[in-house]
Amino acid sequence: MKKGYKNWGPPLLLVSPTIIVIGIFVYGLIGANVAVSLSNRHSLVPATEFVGLENYFALFAEERFIHSLQNLGVFTVFFIAGTMIFGFLWAWMLDKGVTAEGVFRSVFLFPMAISFVASGVVWRWLLNSAEGDRASGLNRIFENLGLDFLQNAWWNEPGWGMAAIALPAIWQLAGYVMALFLSGFRGIPEELREAARMDGATEWKLYRYVIFPQLSPVALSALIIVGHMSLKVFDLIMAITKSIYQTEVPATYLWVALTSNDYAKSATIATILLLFVAVLIVPYLVYTARAERKQR
Amino acid sequence: MSLATELEKKQAASRKSEMPGQSALRTRKGLSRTVKYTLLVFFLIIVLMPVYVLIVTSLKPPQDVNPATSWGLPVRWPWEPALEGGPTGFDNWALAWNALSASIGRTFLLAIPAALISSFLGAMNGFVLARWRFRYADIVFTVILFGMFIPYQAIMTPLVQMKTSLGLPSDISTLLIVHVIYGLPICTLIFRNYYAGIPHELMEASRMDGAGMLRTFGSIVLPLSLPGFVVTIIWQFTSAWNDFLFALFLSNQNDGPVSLALNNLAQGAQLANYGSAMAGALLASLPTLIVYIVLGKYFIGGLMSGSVKS
Repeated sequence: MKKGYKNWGPPLLLVSPTIIVIGIFVYGLIGANVAVSLSNRHSLVPATEFVGLENYFALFAEERFIHSLQNLGVFTVFFIAGTMIFGFLWAWMLDKGVTAEGVFRSVFLFPMAISFVASGVVWRWLLNSAEGDRASGLNRIFENLGLDFLQNAWWNEPGWGMAAIALPAIWQLAGYVMALFLSGFRGIPEELREAARMDGATEWKLYRYVIFPQLSPVALSALIIVGHMSLKVFDLIMAITKSIYQTEVPATYLWVALTSNDYAKSATIATILLLFVAVLIVPYLVYTARAERKQR
Repeated sequence: MSLATELEKKQAASRKSEMPGQSALRTRKGLSRTVKYTLLVFFLIIVLMPVYVLIVTSLKPPQDVNPATSWGLPVRWPWEPALEGGPTGFDNWALAWNALSASIGRTFLLAIPAALISSFLGAMNGFVLARWRFRYADIVFTVILFGMFIPYQAIMTPLVQMKTSLGLPSDISTLLIVHVIYGLPICTLIFRNYYAGIPHELMEASRMDGAGMLRTFGSIVLPLSLPGFVVTIIWQFTSAWNDFLFALFLSNQNDGPVSLALNNLAQGAQLANYGSAMAGALLASLPTLIVYIVLGKYFIGGLMSGSVKS
């Protein structure tokens, strides 16, 4: 690349508005957030002193916060497992050539176009915790099919209730994972499959040694994207249950803290969330950037 | 016997011996086909089930809502006369429309400019980062891209404080600024991937002719950019339309977008009034659903670029 102002000046000037804005509103505000989290700003009164990591220790000593982390863990496990399993299954079935493939694909993917708030309306109804005669939603289906033992309180249970919240999330994003896997399947050159078959590979070996390795970058992308969405889950919970203890995750706890003007606490929760996401995203971004440089 | 006929006989024999196995294979294939289609249709029904619930429930007047028949079709359709002059299913829709129409208008005023502005800025960035590169362009790109993945909660506390101290209004205008800013990373990513596919030669030819960067961008690159714009505009429109987080933290129900108004309508609704909440959810989803149905191909394009590598 040529050096000199004439070469790097104009392009840098063109991206500089974005660099400045991102610098302020992403990195600057992250810095400001960390600063608040290290202060004693627990009310509308401005911070008076620097308290170090005190807010972090206080938060991790809270049963309520630990519970919200457990909830997030349960949600994340079910959400990731559900989207990956259904996404892969659908893509696998569609890849082999299906009449009206476009119809199936469009239907599996359409929930992605709907907001969590709108889908929350219908899922609040489907996941209604009333049982027996008063049951509606999914519990009513179980009641009518004689599968009474399947009736449950869904999200209205502080232990595994979050697994129920994962259902609508899976409904919305499994189609997205399907689209990713489908593009992965379509990206595998036919010659590779042919070559493996010529060598007498069984169907299982074909998958084990040819198709799965070729799909692993797609699977990684899907995992990262779904994983980081899961850590941020907020809209869906607010729409289905509002902020209540049973379904509390760090993001909704942050809302409670912020609306009660405990800025230090909300900032502390925010920093923890950011760290979670960064652990997932930063290695991925670095890896992608390196892979790209190698290609060039 | 000639060699040829002997060979033919052998082949015929081997063909014969294959026959039973082959037909077994065919029935197995037929069976797996049946299983596959059964499964696909089963999943199709599961995925569409919430839509059925939304439509059917939205058409049931409150007095006809009964847990026992909650999955059934309406007892009285909206066009049939209601009992004792009570409400019909249409009243659910009227209620939802009254609750949401103003906010739907505001959300258009928010989502369309937000989509256009961040798309245009994203196009400039993408062009420079992909095709008119400078030193450290890759680092700049990665630094911008990180903004796409952060949990917005991580900047929400200082952002709310900033909004208060600057005295910005709790309405669409503040949200517009915010959506433009936080939409920049994804638009930059989409355009960078898109422009990476434009042949070098075009750009080089323009450089040879002595055209500067802006001339090249304006006269060579922009005219080729329509598909990229369609993808980013759809993406940005959808995410601004569906956003709830920024709306909740930075605006209020009277001046905010449709997601807030819908949430208000739905949370206020008792079980008996689920109908209007469902009608509202359908109304609020209509614009993005229409975009998805009409421009589905590009919608998927935007989704794909969300996975960094196109």
